[in-house]
Amino acid sequence: MSKRARTSHGRALAAHAILLIYTVIALFPVFVIVINSMKSRREIFRHPLSLPGPGSFDLVGFQTVLQQGNFPLYFWNSLVVTVVSLAFILLFGAMAAFALSEYRFRGNTLMGLYLALGIMIPIRLGTVAILKLMVAAGLTNTLFALILVYTAQGIPLAVFILSEFMKTVSDDLKNAGRIDGLSEYRIFFTLVLPLVRPAMATVAVFSMIPIWNDLWFPLILAPAESVKTVTLGAQMFLGQFVTNWNAVLASLTLAIVPVLVLYLVFSRQLIRGITSGAVK
Amino acid sequence: MGALTLSNVTKSFGATEVIKGVDLEVQDGEFCVFVGPSGCGKSTLLRMIAGLEDVTAGDVSIDGARVNLTPPARREIAMVFQSYALYPHLTVRDNMGLALKQAGTPKAEIAQAVDRAAGFLSLEPLLTRRPSELSGGQRQRVAIGRAVVRRPKLFLFDEPLSNLDAALRVNTRIEIARLHRELKATMIYVTHDQVEAMTLADRIVVLNAGRVAQVGAPMELYNDPANTFVAGFIGSPQMNFLKGGALGLAAETLGIRPEHLEISRETGDIAGTISHVEHLGGETNVYVHTEPHGLLTVRLFGEHNFVVAEPVYLSPDPTRRFLFDKDGLRMR
Ligand SMILES: Nc1ncnc2c1ncn2[C@@H]1O[C@H](COP(=O)(O)OP(=O)(O)OP(=O)(O)O)[C@@H](O)[C@H]1O
Ligand SMILES: [Mg+2]
Repeated sequence: MSKRARTSHGRALAAHAILLIYTVIALFPVFVIVINSMKSRREIFRHPLSLPGPGSFDLVGFQTVLQQGNFPLYFWNSLVVTVVSLAFILLFGAMAAFALSEYRFRGNTLMGLYLALGIMIPIRLGTVAILKLMVAAGLTNTLFALILVYTAQGIPLAVFILSEFMKTVSDDLKNAGRIDGLSEYRIFFTLVLPLVRPAMATVAVFSMIPIWNDLWFPLILAPAESVKTVTLGAQMFLGQFVTNWNAVLASLTLAIVPVLVLYLVFSRQLIRGITSGAVK
Repeated sequence: MGALTLSNVTKSFGATEVIKGVDLEVQDGEFCVFVGPSGCGKSTLLRMIAGLEDVTAGDVSIDGARVNLTPPARREIAMVFQSYALYPHLTVRDNMGLALKQAGTPKAEIAQAVDRAAGFLSLEPLLTRRPSELSGGQRQRVAIGRAVVRRPKLFLFDEPLSNLDAALRVNTRIEIARLHRELKATMIYVTHDQVEAMTLADRIVVLNAGRVAQVGAPMELYNDPANTFVAGFIGSPQMNFLKGGALGLAAETLGIRPEHLEISRETGDIAGTISHVEHLGGETNVYVHTEPHGLLTVRLFGEHNFVVAEPVYLSPDPTRRFLFDKDGLRMR
């Protein structure tokens, strides 16, 4: 008995060691960016791995970022694009997933496959067509263009993950709702969605990061000053001949904060969902 | 108010036919139980009555009105599920009142109806709790209460007791029987537990592979089965089936219940050896291996001292035997 307890102890230790190493590797670049954003330019090159000390501490990067350009606006743009796209992805993805998992209709499987195809085919292959479409619709240089593209990009994965989860929601519960006279919309919003909340959080986390970090579509569809996103805005410090590393690192550091906050919000949902399922 | 008629109802999922033409009349106020082996289509039939599954062909009528296309909420039915299916985000009170609220009943009336149902099932102390704060038995009582509140024409139960432990199952069974007596409502109850079927039913419908094998009062099915399927399904331990040819009979099969098979150490029709004995206190089950009939069960009342490997003789009581032809149908 005690022997088994000890081996599982050893196993837990090994698992923790692996996870710790992975955490360090994953966080290292972030750590380097954050410490160097607070150092003077000379120190960044001389001792890139040393912590900012009394001699090297310098907030010039942050000053540049906040004075030059329109960073608060860029942040706002990024936030709007990310949050609205996520909302659309979750809403429409969940609705499509519900229809696919709940209703028997001709072409159900085919429709599911068609929607899942988007996971395998990168949306960037269609950039030229998308650009033409946006020009024709007069949507270039609007945040809405980005929101549309990101929603399309995120829906396949959302449908795929959510429809699997929705199949696990008890039929009896939905049927009880039908007998009590709830509409299909009420059944979807009040009975099914709360039960797949952990899956929704997973989808949100997976979809959020690529949207926030994307440079491609903002550059092509919305490069104007008033609709620039943070990632695009930070590019102005990367010159062909001179790069203002202080400013680049500072803007990247600032860009981490909102996405971190969003992540924390979703992951709390995720954990709450998992534990509430376990306790029940 | 609450007579149900099924006429030649069928149901197919894609190419597989699950319900193969069911005709059934359930009288107003009757307690009707559907029994049958797993997968025979009991739940599917019940869901079709509720309107949760489309009917492929045939008609479902409640009180003479065809309801094939009526949505579940307007059929004036209530259903109790095996998995309780309480709304997790609502309190017990709101769970019970939801159907009336959806129907636009005034608040005061809903509260009154919920209170009456809660009093009936002793749920008053639980009214403010959520389903996650209830035990399994309490949850099922709430689910039954939710059905009662609506005052439906027709109660539908889909194996409501199979998630409960044995003691609770007996209590809830008695509760449901009392409910039926006092509400005088029509109830349709699906189970594969034949004790539930025998004790609750006015009439039992035995289903086999999507068809009605026999319909009748519990003792009718026990004393007068129409075929080998019903004969084997009703009664526990199961009826013994002996080969008619080996006994010099014209019939293919002779069926005899374990309690109607006499066992003796000295003399009898069929020789065999005891292969197992079960002492249950009030009764003793003796399993006897015979040629060419195989293992036969003898049910004795009281305690007996038969032992394994003992040679014995069995004699079927000629007045209690059932004869079946080669299609399994009863020869009368
Ligand atoms: N949605 C469906 N699609 C395809 N086949 C189905 C579907 N629902 C049920 N079936 C099939 O219909 C048959 C009857 O199912 P049903 O649930 O009515 O059985 P049951 O008699 O209630 O069994 P149990 O006692 O195990 O609950 C089964 O063979 C099942 O596989
Ligand atoms: Mg069933």
